[in-house]
Amino acid sequence: MRAGKPHRVLPGFPLALGYTLVYLALIVLIPLSAVFLKSASLNWEQFWAVISAPRVLASYRVSFGLSLLAAAINAVFGLIFAWVLVRYHFPGKRIVDALVDLPFALPTAGAGIALTAIYAGNGWLGQWLEPLGLKVAFTPLGILVALIFIGLPFVVRTVQPVLEDLDTELEEAAASLGADRWQTFRHVLLPVLLPALLTGFALAFARAVGEYGSVIFIAGNVPLVSEITPLLIITKLEQYDYIGATAIAVVMLIVSFILLFLINGLQFWANRSRARS
Amino acid sequence: MSIRVQHIAKRFGPFVALDDITLDFPTGELVGLLGPSGCGKTTLLRIIAGLESADHGQVFLDEEDASTAHVRDRQVGFVFQHYALFRHMTVFDNVAFGLRVKPRGQRPAESVIRTRVYELLDLVQLAALARRYPTQLSGGQRQRIALARALAVEPRVLLLDEPFGALDAKVRKELRRWLRQLHDALHITSIFVTHDQEEALEVSDRVVLMNQGRVEQVGAPQEVYEQPASPFVYSFLGAVNLFHGRVQDHHLHVGAGRLPVGHNGFPTGAEALGFVRPHELDIETNPAETTGIAARVERVLAFGPTARVELSGVERESSHIYEVELSRERVAALNLTNGQWVRLKPARIRLFAPEPRPAGPMPLPAGSLIGLDGEGI
Repeated sequence: MRAGKPHRVLPGFPLALGYTLVYLALIVLIPLSAVFLKSASLNWEQFWAVISAPRVLASYRVSFGLSLLAAAINAVFGLIFAWVLVRYHFPGKRIVDALVDLPFALPTAGAGIALTAIYAGNGWLGQWLEPLGLKVAFTPLGILVALIFIGLPFVVRTVQPVLEDLDTELEEAAASLGADRWQTFRHVLLPVLLPALLTGFALAFARAVGEYGSVIFIAGNVPLVSEITPLLIITKLEQYDYIGATAIAVVMLIVSFILLFLINGLQFWANRSRARS
Repeated sequence: MSIRVQHIAKRFGPFVALDDITLDFPTGELVGLLGPSGCGKTTLLRIIAGLESADHGQVFLDEEDASTAHVRDRQVGFVFQHYALFRHMTVFDNVAFGLRVKPRGQRPAESVIRTRVYELLDLVQLAALARRYPTQLSGGQRQRIALARALAVEPRVLLLDEPFGALDAKVRKELRRWLRQLHDALHITSIFVTHDQEEALEVSDRVVLMNQGRVEQVGAPQEVYEQPASPFVYSFLGAVNLFHGRVQDHHLHVGAGRLPVGHNGFPTGAEALGFVRPHELDIETNPAETTGIAARVERVLAFGPTARVELSGVERESSHIYEVELSRERVAALNLTNGQWVRLKPARIRLFAPEPRPAGPMPLPAGSLIGLDGEGI
């Protein structure tokens, strides 16, 4: 063997990297660049007019705002959910554990119809909520419910394995040193869980931004109020306005990329402060 | 501060972990809780710490009933076998943790914390590593940091759960000596759990021997080693040769051989177990000799300060291994050859009635050789 060439235990780094790049290009980058190319047939004023129409601007707020909110709610409750699944033993635990994945598997339209039926004014839950002044179906709140529903598994499934690896001795050590429950959570558990929690948050957010099927049934799709951006893209497509649709898609793509990039940065920071070894 | 436990009982399902334990741990002593795995020693330690709750019984800390107090309020320092250091914190932050989580009114200023942490790091001789993370330390260093962290809150008692169990033999021996020195300097009431009899005998002021959720014997290391109260203690503390026989005319009759046992409380014809340590056995090569047990030399291990001779014998129609420890001069004088038949004569033998209650942790077959760690060989 030539001196200076590092010897790897697993062969095939060039092959594997090459394959990865080709795959990424074929599956992800080429379709996405097509979006950019298509929208480039608009000049800047036209492009700006499409993406800054009031109805479109309102839809950004609904889509990104509610997606962030849903991901945040999922981060909190997903953590509790994972905690219960890892730390406690109760009858039917395995069934509950399996149920967590259901939002993954269910056709999203099916989920949307089911949620709408339950939360509508005459539905099981809706009939009790509506007299209280809480309209869920056909409002932004309904969108939030749908987005929380489809995002739950992400946080649970990313936090669960980390929590399983976390020794209860750490909590016992903290308690024996005089820490109360909140201090133990804040200073001992959370720093270790944070990277996984952020990953779950990012995944839940990404999924929520792109979600279409489960939302359109429950959203009511009132212009300026409860229209999500993906719906506007579909609407434009149905009107054969392909270029307008791709222009909005480009905006979604860029905003999503920036947000995910920021979350990744947070994750990197959390990882670094966790173990600098 | 003294610790007292009274009538402590604990079950895990059908398994009885602790069966009515009453013990006193006087102020300033370092006590070793010794026993085979599953004997309940760790459970007892965790109950004292408040990490586990007993089904029955009480824990007194300084004559004060602490049975229902939360671990947070008991002011005990607990050291875990696997260190339980906070990976995301530096060594400094780990040690400072207990001071920083104190309620606002009692929390020392950051400068005081700093001084205190460096004092402790000096005490465990690791001040140079304050900025490192636990993953960058060796096992022995981690355990010393864990100890410093436990001491930071000035605990009233120190509880150590197999503190050296995860370390290799050499580091273990070093830390053992170091723990003893530390205790002599601090005089904090300490209990440490171990399954290593050598460790317990070497470090502790007193040893509590436990087996199957019960206390077998309590005493100074020399006392329990010299005067074992039960067959279990005898075989758990060091290697031992067992002779199963019947008492008659001041002799223990074992198969065709007989061993003089002098005056003893056993009635003629009673079954008895004779316990003899390897160094209490001698080898007789004179073929005219009639007392002692016949055995055949299998191996002579003549390295180290003393020589060991392994022999096999036939006792009650089954073969057994015996171990004899002699001075090297004695072995040289005997001039043993492998396969030679000799007689074993004990200088000292202790008789026990064969297991009044269901046998110890492992039913001891008569004549079996018990190794240093208490496991049958």
